[in-house]
Amino acid sequence: MIRVDRLSKTYGPYRAVDDVSFVAEPGRVTGFLGPNGAGKSTTMRVMVGLTPPDSGSATIGGLRYADIPNPGRHVGVLLDASAQHAGRSGREVLHLAAMTMGLPESRVDEMLRLVSLDEKEAKRRVGAYSLGMRQRLGIAHALLGDPSVLILDEPANGLDPAGIHWMRGLLRDYASRGGTVLLSSHLLHEVEVIADDMVVIGRGKIVAQGTKAELLRSAGTLVRAEDDALLGKALAGADITATPIADGGFRTEVDPVVVGRAAATNGVVLTELRPAESAGLEQLFLELTSDTQREQPVQEGPQA
Amino acid sequence: MTTATLETPAFATGNAIPFGRLLRVELRKMVDTRAGKWLLGVIGLLTAAALVILLLAASTQEHTFANAVGAAATPQGILLPVLGILLITQEWGQRTGMVTFTLEPHRAKVLWAKVAAAVVLGVAAMVLALALAAVVAAIGGAADPWAGMDAGVIGQYFLLEVVGVVGGLVFGLLFLNTAAAIVVSFALPIVFSVVTSLWNAVHKAQPWIDPATAQGPLQSGDHLTSTEWQHLLTTTLIWVVVPFVVGLWRVLRTEVK
Repeated sequence: MIRVDRLSKTYGPYRAVDDVSFVAEPGRVTGFLGPNGAGKSTTMRVMVGLTPPDSGSATIGGLRYADIPNPGRHVGVLLDASAQHAGRSGREVLHLAAMTMGLPESRVDEMLRLVSLDEKEAKRRVGAYSLGMRQRLGIAHALLGDPSVLILDEPANGLDPAGIHWMRGLLRDYASRGGTVLLSSHLLHEVEVIADDMVVIGRGKIVAQGTKAELLRSAGTLVRAEDDALLGKALAGADITATPIADGGFRTEVDPVVVGRAAATNGVVLTELRPAESAGLEQLFLELTSDTQREQPVQEGPQA
Repeated sequence: MTTATLETPAFATGNAIPFGRLLRVELRKMVDTRAGKWLLGVIGLLTAAALVILLLAASTQEHTFANAVGAAATPQGILLPVLGILLITQEWGQRTGMVTFTLEPHRAKVLWAKVAAAVVLGVAAMVLALALAAVVAAIGGAADPWAGMDAGVIGQYFLLEVVGVVGGLVFGLLFLNTAAAIVVSFALPIVFSVVTSLWNAVHKAQPWIDPATAQGPLQSGDHLTSTEWQHLLTTTLIWVVVPFVVGLWRVLRTEVK
């Protein structure tokens, strides 16, 4: 289990991580979601002791990272797949780590097989690897010590669709055997398909967290009508806050049944009424992070 | 990976990584990259080349063990510091420090393993020099090839090599950048010789502050006088011990990027 408690880290006037608290539970995949520069990497670096926090703490299995003896055997870490000596072969990179952790060479072979790096590729210098191959090597490196906790920063970066699919299966299986997985991403879809729990961060602050189901539920309702103007009036009359959508209809924070009643009362013919689901989660992500993103999202749809 | 269910993690269990293992890892890191392999190869080649030149260019009576050790130690003295520098700077230049200090978060332990690795490499280089020099002495044909050498003088050579390689490591630790560390390490003796030739007051103090001057007697073939030991001690304190403490302190406190 990973526990982050009121963590803060400042670089000069810039608060990279601002009072962040969350827990990643064993047996679950926790997605750490946020736009680039939101503080995901800094938080993860603090977890493994590479960056000292200004205040607050991060513990793994109840211990500070530095207090875990031979931590590679308990915590698998992939922070930057490119942070490897370009002149070493992939096999050599794993060999050095196995040596440090006190693991047999057979474990290196096992991991190379697991991530589908063949003998020839393993002998090549990491400098000649594609980003996808580096990412696979990084995942092999993280799993080498057979840890019970995985901390992966943007692990899907550079993987092709087949590779991403493979990694999802791997992490799903890992969590179902009781492992704790924390993975970060700046892409909602990536996290949405694999995570059980989600922690959303923007400009150093946690903006939402919970199970995926909870966050989906809070995404509200999508509704379209024969006459959207009439629907808009009906919703306003029922005191339902509604946001117009570009291709027609509205998104609201209330349940579908509330929207349905409002429409029925006013005799509005609905053409679509459903929980906002994935599109809603995306909307949520955009909204939650819109004021924290460098580029403001384009205003959706004409004002009604 | 294992197919068994991952057990409830007991994170406090297991032993810390033994120091000897970290030392072996650090030694391996010096030979598993092209830069490291080339550097070690060049040190070996230049050591041999210096001895071949001695055999060809010097008169037969000069083919003594003492001369051969002196000849072999010169190229080593120049290149071993670079080896020490690379031991440190590759972790920052290639950013492998992120992995190294994640697998062993006690950074001081890693750095001491690097110091130990530097000492091992310095000693190994000197052993090679002694072995090759012995061959030169045996085949060189001098009347008394083994004259002028004793355990004390050999010990001083070992000290020279070790101070050299650890000194390089300290420069690496101070700059955390290969180019800067190498440039300063080579420029320092030149700066000293220029400054001392122009400035008389510094000239007098030179053996107390210039490591190259203080280390010179180590390869003179004579035992150091007590003043010379003091010179060596002072310059080592100034150029090795103090910067090591500063560099260590900084690495322990700062972020590893």
